[in-house]
Amino acid sequence: MSFTQTLAKRIGYGLLLLIGVLILNFTLISIAPGDVADSIAGDMGGADVTVIEEIRERYGLNQPFHIQLWRYVSGVARLDLGFSYFYNTPVTSLILEKLPATLLLVFSSQILAIVLGTLLGVLAAKKPNGIVSLLVTFLSLFGFAAPVFWSGILLIIAFVSIFPLFPVGGMTDVTVEGGWFIQLLDLLHHLFLPMITLASIYLALYSRLARASMLEVLGADYIRTARAKGLPQRAVLYKHALKNALGPLVTVAGLQFSAVMSGAVVVETVFSWPGLGTLALQSILARDTPTIMGILFFSSFVVIVVNILTDITLRLIDPRIKTG
Amino acid sequence: MANSTPNHSASDAASDEIKVSHPFAEMVSMFFRNYAAVAGLLLLIAIILFVFVGPYFHPTDPFEMVWAPFSKPMEEGFVLGTDYLGRDLLAAMMVGGQVSMAIGLSAALISLFIGVTVGAFAGYYGGFIEEALMRFTEFFQVLPTLLFSMVIVALFGASLLTVTLAIGVVSWTAVARVTRSEFLRIRELEYVAAARSGSASDWYLIFKVILPNALPPIIVQANLMVGSAILFEAALSFLGLSDPNVMSWGQVIGSNRPYILDSGFTVAIPGFAIFLTVLAISLIGDGLNDALNPKLRQR
Amino acid sequence: MSSAIANDVPLLSVKDLVVDFKTRAGNARVLDHVSLDIKAGKILGIVGESGCGKSMTALSIMGLVPNPPGKITSGSISLNGRELTDLSEEQLCDVRGSEIGMIFQEPMTSLNPVFTVGEQIAESVRLHEKASKQAAMARAVDMLKAVDIPEPEIRARAYPHQLSGGMRQRVMIAMALACRPTLLIADEPTTALDATVQAQIFDLLQDLQRDTGTAIVLITHDMGAIAELADDVAVMYAGRIIETGSVSNVLSQPQHPYTQGLITCVPHLVPDPPIEREVLREIPGMVPALTNLGAGCAFEPRCEKAFARCKAEKPALLQISESQFGACWVLEEESA
Repeated sequence: MSFTQTLAKRIGYGLLLLIGVLILNFTLISIAPGDVADSIAGDMGGADVTVIEEIRERYGLNQPFHIQLWRYVSGVARLDLGFSYFYNTPVTSLILEKLPATLLLVFSSQILAIVLGTLLGVLAAKKPNGIVSLLVTFLSLFGFAAPVFWSGILLIIAFVSIFPLFPVGGMTDVTVEGGWFIQLLDLLHHLFLPMITLASIYLALYSRLARASMLEVLGADYIRTARAKGLPQRAVLYKHALKNALGPLVTVAGLQFSAVMSGAVVVETVFSWPGLGTLALQSILARDTPTIMGILFFSSFVVIVVNILTDITLRLIDPRIKTG
Repeated sequence: MANSTPNHSASDAASDEIKVSHPFAEMVSMFFRNYAAVAGLLLLIAIILFVFVGPYFHPTDPFEMVWAPFSKPMEEGFVLGTDYLGRDLLAAMMVGGQVSMAIGLSAALISLFIGVTVGAFAGYYGGFIEEALMRFTEFFQVLPTLLFSMVIVALFGASLLTVTLAIGVVSWTAVARVTRSEFLRIRELEYVAAARSGSASDWYLIFKVILPNALPPIIVQANLMVGSAILFEAALSFLGLSDPNVMSWGQVIGSNRPYILDSGFTVAIPGFAIFLTVLAISLIGDGLNDALNPKLRQR
Repeated sequence: MSSAIANDVPLLSVKDLVVDFKTRAGNARVLDHVSLDIKAGKILGIVGESGCGKSMTALSIMGLVPNPPGKITSGSISLNGRELTDLSEEQLCDVRGSEIGMIFQEPMTSLNPVFTVGEQIAESVRLHEKASKQAAMARAVDMLKAVDIPEPEIRARAYPHQLSGGMRQRVMIAMALACRPTLLIADEPTTALDATVQAQIFDLLQDLQRDTGTAIVLITHDMGAIAELADDVAVMYAGRIIETGSVSNVLSQPQHPYTQGLITCVPHLVPDPPIEREVLREIPGMVPALTNLGAGCAFEPRCEKAFARCKAEKPALLQISESQFGACWVLEEESA
């Protein structure tokens, strides 16, 4: 199968998964006790039966399940995710407004974790009993066991009361004035702590994985061949070994991505980062169903896109992989 | 358990010395030679004693307001201080630990049940069934787990049962993958072919022949799952999505969160308890992995 | 290419090489005072059972003894008069792949799966000759042509998994010879291949050796291959050379009981005078563990001719004729 065919198949399959996500969410919400009308009525401080019926009529809640579902799915196909009565805004624009902040947090922390984790893993594999190996071992134990909100809060405590170097909440400082460069620095300044917190879990995972993967690869015959060619240690490690060791790393990074989105929810809450996670928590507490469904849909969409990118990357790294 | 390793060890037995001992005894001795794993086991035992036996020695009700809020640890007669409502934190750590561990264990059992079932059927039958089941698994991999369980808890109410179910239902995909790949490997082995040719039933082959031999990596995975379920519960509680009438470590963190800048200890202490517990579990997991995976024994 | 050195000065000279490995069971002396000479443009065969030190000799020459646990304890290796054991890692990198090429036993796993074969050949040209990317690639295609790979321009863009085992070994040979080394070490180059492919690879090696004048150290356990290809042969056992000499002498008049055993294992080799051979024999017993070698000859437990002295002392190499040496107390007794 050619590359484009595989890609097309993956994309089509991703669309199916997305429809599945929609159906599942919609079903869950309709079998849950209470509906949007009750919530709205609750928000208004209670309403009588006729008002509730009116609201039901307006949101189409008294239609049969499959009609409601069809309406929702076809709306999503037109990028219409419904209307948030809580924010009084279309869900799509609400999400598109918050999505960039989440993507910035998620991708910056993943890139940091992958690059630094790989480097640590390679250095550790070079000396399996050396100090970097020990560091990687400790890091991986800490990263798995430390609850992400706990390490975030510890960072906040440390950076507020002990070294007040970084802001601990929000994404920008409205009092900062200046050109785009100053604004960018301000953004990065705010990004630092949440990014480090979210990256710490995955740094632990990737460094450990990179170490194990490199150790396995370094025992391979082709590494001996590379040395016999006269390649210096650096080229053997970072070219011949690393390219082979990256496969498992990329695979796991792809598989982990939905967990990363989950971690982002917690980290955003800890650092008041104005992204999808904060929005999700607020709308869940407000029982703002259209927004919750929209967020789940968009998060799954991001995960599916990342999975497809993972497949492409894997194929670029390893020519032996035939299909996705 | 006892017959779960010999199939792989045969090919790897090219070691210098050949000793014949019972494989289970060998695993146990392998485990106890791993100092980190033994330390993890001792730590876990200590935590379990603290959580379940501790209340007999410190019978304070964790919901009762006993003193002024935010009394610092050791300062006014409270070993771990008091929380934002002036409740005893030591008592909260003990009672909250019981809940955190119970949720962790039962959620892990739920995931284990779903994951092993899905993985075993997919790996054993192959073909269309495998394709369908693995697509189903992939579907759950795509859903951001925490968001999804937040939605479940929000929709069906924050009770112990829904929280446990919400965690269990979203965490089984890794077990399913491990189980499936073990089944794929083992079903090709000779003794399975032999059992098959003896016209054993599918049921017998899956649960009596293949599953016992697939157990080692599943056990390792299940052990880690208890740890991640505890973390999961803590994250949900931290976000305010837990049963408000039940004390758990995460719940203590979540309810004291607004006050971290003044009284960080109310959050640091329960966080540390979670950290130690999960650390102990993952140390044990590493030890189990080394002891159950004969390929690593040579290293 | 081999610099026109007078015929009697060896290209590569290994003297009293000792290599030790630290293992859990104690120190293992994997090479014990190994001495070898190879003249420019000649083929030296090294034979012996697995674990006798053949491959370790090759790795020592390349400076690739895994350290830890291994270590060159003493001895000298000199190439064209330059002492290799004194070189820094960086200087050794310049020697490897450029003055000495090496091909390995496992063509299936010795090529890096994630780079094209062309890239892998061109890599050493770029490294050692500072050639441009295009020039190096052109050389890679030339080398593929030289090792008789059809459609070399297309094959250069192939990945190893797209080639057969025999093709991959040809690629390995092309890679090893790409920088025109004066010495090629071939470590069991055909063991993993089919019999017909084996013959082709040996023919190829012989042709290339004739064309380029590269000296070859051919490591093998196949006495037949030695008989066909090599000029000289060294027989190793338990980390020592126990017999060495020109192929014609050693194969026709093997002196050491172990060499005699090896030769009687091969049906079509007929020593002169013929050794009594009623049935094809195996040499009984196994190669001993290197960690607990006694004071005597390592072959003594398996030797039919052993006597008291063999248990007590190790025999040294004894000159038997102008170009043949053997290390055996039986020979000592006879010559005394």
